[in-house]
Amino acid sequence: MYVAVKGGEKAISAAHAWLDETRRGDTALPELRVAQIEQQMALAVDRVMAEGSCHDRFLAALAIKQAKGDLIEAAFLLRAYRTTLPRFGASLPLETSRMSLRRRISATYKDLPGGQVLGPTFDYTHRLLDFTLAAEGHDAPATPEAPADGVDVPRVTEILAREGLMQRESTAESEPGDLTREPLSFPATRPVRLQNLARGDEGFLLALGYSTQRGYGNAHPFVGEIRVGHIGVEIIPPELGFAIDIGDIGITECQMVNQFKGSRTEPAQFTRGYGLVFGHGERRAMSMALVDRGLRARELGEEADAPAQQEEFVLYHSDNIEATGFVEHLKLPHYVDFQSELENLRTIRRAAEAEQREAAE
Amino acid sequence: MTEAGYNFAYLDEATKRMIRRAILKAVAIPGHQIPFGAREMPLPYGWGTGGIQVTASILGPTDVLKVIDQGADDTTNAVSIRRFFTRVAGIATTDATGDATIIQTRHRIPEKPLTENQILVYQVPQPEPLFRLEPHRAETRRLHALADYGLMHVRLYEDIARLGHIAKAYDYPVMVNERYLMSPSPIPAFDNPKMHQMAALQLFGAGREKRIYAVPPYTPVRSLDFEDHPFRPIRAPHACAICGSTTSYLDELVTDDAGGRAFICSDTDYCQERQQAPKAAAE
Repeated sequence: MYVAVKGGEKAISAAHAWLDETRRGDTALPELRVAQIEQQMALAVDRVMAEGSCHDRFLAALAIKQAKGDLIEAAFLLRAYRTTLPRFGASLPLETSRMSLRRRISATYKDLPGGQVLGPTFDYTHRLLDFTLAAEGHDAPATPEAPADGVDVPRVTEILAREGLMQRESTAESEPGDLTREPLSFPATRPVRLQNLARGDEGFLLALGYSTQRGYGNAHPFVGEIRVGHIGVEIIPPELGFAIDIGDIGITECQMVNQFKGSRTEPAQFTRGYGLVFGHGERRAMSMALVDRGLRARELGEEADAPAQQEEFVLYHSDNIEATGFVEHLKLPHYVDFQSELENLRTIRRAAEAEQREAAE
Repeated sequence: MTEAGYNFAYLDEATKRMIRRAILKAVAIPGHQIPFGAREMPLPYGWGTGGIQVTASILGPTDVLKVIDQGADDTTNAVSIRRFFTRVAGIATTDATGDATIIQTRHRIPEKPLTENQILVYQVPQPEPLFRLEPHRAETRRLHALADYGLMHVRLYEDIARLGHIAKAYDYPVMVNERYLMSPSPIPAFDNPKMHQMAALQLFGAGREKRIYAVPPYTPVRSLDFEDHPFRPIRAPHACAICGSTTSYLDELVTDDAGGRAFICSDTDYCQERQQAPKAAAE
């Protein structure tokens, strides 16, 4: 007779051992070092830091190694670690006009203070597989260098705002909400929305942002500016009372310029969609900026019937750690609920068949 | 021995306090969903993170923990959660329903009646009983505030009109203390009557959805129904192939590919106890 298998504990241990073995792969090949992942899989590291909501290149690289390259799993590892860390304060706002730039482009002005800096981008590469990379010992040729001029690079949206053509954002002195401590509630404030999007799933943000360009939400965006680089983070420890620099982080900022018709109280002006993410993540920052602008529909008095404009829909479904957990939990046993569905269906069928027989007689 | 570097039961004390405050609020308003700042746990969302956080916040060093999934102690996820608490809290665990002070469960209520000295912690995937009828939580909150549950009654009525009776077999909605409509979590409707006037405290944790709710001891819990279509708990009309029980909830096993079926108790501890009882009586 079939008896339910005991020994789940043994099976779990064996499964984990097997997982470790498959992670290592062919032992004839050298083991991947965390430093190699950090250096040579830098964009994967950036994505894991963004979705893991924790800026630490080493830990992100370690998570990628442990997760066998599954980036959502890696982000999950990082999140689970992050949640155990003490929170000792909030930083001062980042002044991105003073960041050190590796890349800065504007699609709205041909030339502007600070100029256009292409930086390390895939943008104009021809997507031809480079078989020379398959050969070992391939070193990239040195990049030509020029000294930086060290001046502040003003933000494009600020140039527009000074002319009165870009809507100013409201400012607040209070610390923004923290969705890792307080559950989402609706309507959500913009800082909380941006926080949610900044760590949202890149694919989800991309698809939603894309949908706003195709008529689901009336977006007319221009890339005012994308800037990629490093910036110092400052905090004011209460016992010191003045700001100290606690280190640099890599960020990508995207400001989208969008049209706005104006209202009775406000003249016609541009409005902003804003994206800021850890590391080098242009696709993510741009998608975030599109979705941020989509979510502002209601406050700007626009119709809000497209998916990207629906706050609850977007914010509740953007988190890939939550999403993957709930989708994948379907593989856990459900035999109890399935059994009641079975019995229920059988009962309904029996009743219907009895009725049919009666009708036939 | 507990895992080095982590606080007792994994969560830090400030987080436990925050969760306990949510639990107290939930107990004070039976069936009402309390938002709480659910943390990311080292187990995935959907694997019981809500239940785990509730258990972690109420667990003391002398507690004895039982963990079941689908009624069984040896289901992989139950094993994993039990192992988690042994690792981070070093507490004693048991399979015996009667010996446990805290029972964390997914999808079942034990067959053996619980006592005032026990707490039952449910893992909840979706705390909002109205979510299939109204996906916007801002709107369902309003409906709960107004105790406007017409949507659910209409849904149940439509089942009767189309199929002859209510087709909800699990996660069957209940009215708690005649005030709040509540999801009992995806337990079979068979288990619903056990919630009514239960002596044990019932706590519900939904981690991903960041909600906690509760049914205090001896609280009326009524499965929604109609006078002419009373609530009927469903179980397979068979006896357990191992212990012979005709009253317990049964799992259906497929024994061959020629239509062979066997039915055994879903509550493994209950079944075991019944198998041993005749032996003990004979000795």
